[in-house]
Amino acid sequence: MALEDRNEAWRDELRKSISGKERTSTPRVKMNELDAKIRARSYDEVNQGLTEEQARKEATRCMDCPNPTCMEGCPVGINIPGFIKNIERGEYVEAAKVLRQTSALPAVCGRVCPQEKQCESQCFYKLKLKKEPVAIGYLERFAADFERNSGKMEAPQTAPKNGIKVAAVGSGPAGLSFAGDMAKLGYEVTVFEALHEIGGVLKYGIPGFRLPNEIVDVEIDNLKKMGVKFEKNTIVGKTIGTKDLEAAGFKGLFVASGAGLPRFMNIKGENLIGIMSSNEYLTRVNLMRANTKESDTPVLRGKNVAVIGGGNTAMDSVRTALRLGAERAMLVYRRSEEEMPARLEEVHHAKEEGVEFMTLHNPIEYIGDEKGRVTTMRLQKMQLGEPDASGRRSPIAIEGGIIDVPVDVVIVSIGVSPNPIVPNSVAGLEVSAKGTIVVNDKLQSSIPTLFAGGDIVRGGATVILAMGDGRKAAAEMHKYLSGN
Amino acid sequence: MYKIVDKEFFSENVVKLEVEAPLIAKARKPGNFVIVRVGENGERIPLTIASADEKKGTITLVAQRVGVSSTKLTDLNVGDELTDLVGPLGKPTDIEKYGTVVCAGGGVGVAPLLPIVEGMKKAGNKVIVVLAARNKDLIILEKQMRELADEVIIMTDDGSAGKKGLVTNGIEEVILREKVDLCVTIGPAIMMKFVSLLTKKYNLPTIASLNTIMVDGTGMCGACRVTVGGKTKFVCVDGPEFDAHQVDFDEMMMRLGAYKELEKEDLYKIGK
Repeated sequence: MALEDRNEAWRDELRKSISGKERTSTPRVKMNELDAKIRARSYDEVNQGLTEEQARKEATRCMDCPNPTCMEGCPVGINIPGFIKNIERGEYVEAAKVLRQTSALPAVCGRVCPQEKQCESQCFYKLKLKKEPVAIGYLERFAADFERNSGKMEAPQTAPKNGIKVAAVGSGPAGLSFAGDMAKLGYEVTVFEALHEIGGVLKYGIPGFRLPNEIVDVEIDNLKKMGVKFEKNTIVGKTIGTKDLEAAGFKGLFVASGAGLPRFMNIKGENLIGIMSSNEYLTRVNLMRANTKESDTPVLRGKNVAVIGGGNTAMDSVRTALRLGAERAMLVYRRSEEEMPARLEEVHHAKEEGVEFMTLHNPIEYIGDEKGRVTTMRLQKMQLGEPDASGRRSPIAIEGGIIDVPVDVVIVSIGVSPNPIVPNSVAGLEVSAKGTIVVNDKLQSSIPTLFAGGDIVRGGATVILAMGDGRKAAAEMHKYLSGN
Repeated sequence: MYKIVDKEFFSENVVKLEVEAPLIAKARKPGNFVIVRVGENGERIPLTIASADEKKGTITLVAQRVGVSSTKLTDLNVGDELTDLVGPLGKPTDIEKYGTVVCAGGGVGVAPLLPIVEGMKKAGNKVIVVLAARNKDLIILEKQMRELADEVIIMTDDGSAGKKGLVTNGIEEVILREKVDLCVTIGPAIMMKFVSLLTKKYNLPTIASLNTIMVDGTGMCGACRVTVGGKTKFVCVDGPEFDAHQVDFDEMMMRLGAYKELEKEDLYKIGK
């Protein structure tokens, strides 16, 4: 197609229009952000996006490499130079179309993908010039936002309906991306969701200051325009069995039921009032809107809030605590900042907003008052030793290094295990010792018509990896169902 | 969807609602619960299923008016719809032939006890039901229980119906009289705690169905965690029924109070 073909005349002209030296000497664009002091008490989106001028200038930095290494870093295989060059020539809606060829959720990915570990880490600038990479994520967001605000948003073209029914279990990033690809191929897709809103972790997990719910809703509406049906309040394995779905004519099932049981540390006092999982805390605020007066769902607002963990969910939780009015929002992590799995941008934003980083500390006990409410966390000071199985230097307790810190809310954000409902309810489904669904390299389970992806297979990963799984499962299920 | 087709007041604050939910009516088993939500700002609250009519495609819920969310629910009338309803959740009751089973219920806990009594009876057990309440007006489902059970013992705090005394007095009477193989108890946490203490004394295996705070109800948030046999369990997916003798009821009662103060602030929403 002309839109993303590197050999098109317009693209060739564009490449010649600016010298390579000029392109590489342009500094990387800076994201426009709300002021840290103001945003730390507001739910408005922190990143304000790029202006048209900023985006076009940043797009000129992309060298339009003949072998774009950046694409190798993208789990959904976006044609990166293809969309960026459309931005450079000023065709923003076309740029968004290129994104939509492979991604059902470009406005989401542009906001939450760990680009520094994926596409941007493989950028020519980074690999060869040792310079800051092209801001691929910012540009992706720019194109998707422009398209949405232009009123020219068109759902991608779908193949003629083939009359074959398939279902996704879970409406998070994996399920949505699967649904988009299958709808494009002409399948009749139904997405089943356990909660009362569509979007999975994009709704209950990621806070509005990072990903506004309206953005997710627009992407979901797009899928509806493509013919995808959504069934809320339906738990496959409980409300309706996989056998029932088979009997109703579904030929393939993609299980993307995501994260389940939150992990706790099993230390003394962990069930005291005020100690909860990040899933609970974020669900209360993001899905149930407990931060608003109108909501019937309560949330504990602490003065001294500690979040345990170093991932993106921990960052989301600690920044939420600030927005709920915490005077002291602490992030407690047993390793050093270098080992933190969170996106760099989130760490940076959290610090700017006033989060106190207590790295190399690990909770060992919680102490409460007579009503059972937590009042104190006891922390063990740590130091880094030899690298462990994950390749990161493992934390070791410093003997005698124990401190007590006053807290009234503690959010435990040390990971989740897979959702147990589908693994427990489907006879003959092979499940690992960790509770994940076992799949082959085609994402196919021990039941040939059942494919699975996202956290239910990976046991805790990112939005974009889940989306990559959704795409792959769609392609593989299509092959399987069409007899190839 | 989720239309209310019948409503009945069991007492001033206890309401029975029959709701259209064909898939749940078909899939539910004794012991299962649902999550309901009333209004776009509504809270997700867990309620145990009292009965189901697969042919009509309805389930019956019994709710007690306590705070904002339960008032919004119990204020709904026939023809109104629940905003959201999802289930059946939790593990079903282990129904099998035990011999003699004592089913002891208090408050609205009597409602979810009904399908268990029915199931236990069908499985060939002798079923003795002990219903307890503060007074005569608060005894619910007595007629239905009498139709199903071999014997129904009523206990009231003031003696206005049945015998004067607590649920534990009723259970103990049966234990002293005949061999009992299993006790199932559903009611307020404090009641289940004392039932558990009593039956432990007699080495009588006892199952308690716990009703803790939940948000999603599908094993995602961990709000419902309880300590059972020294280990943390999630009521929504590991329960709601557990070996009562292993449950840390004191911790459970403490955790039930987590939002008490915040809930008081919200009472203006129902004009209080």
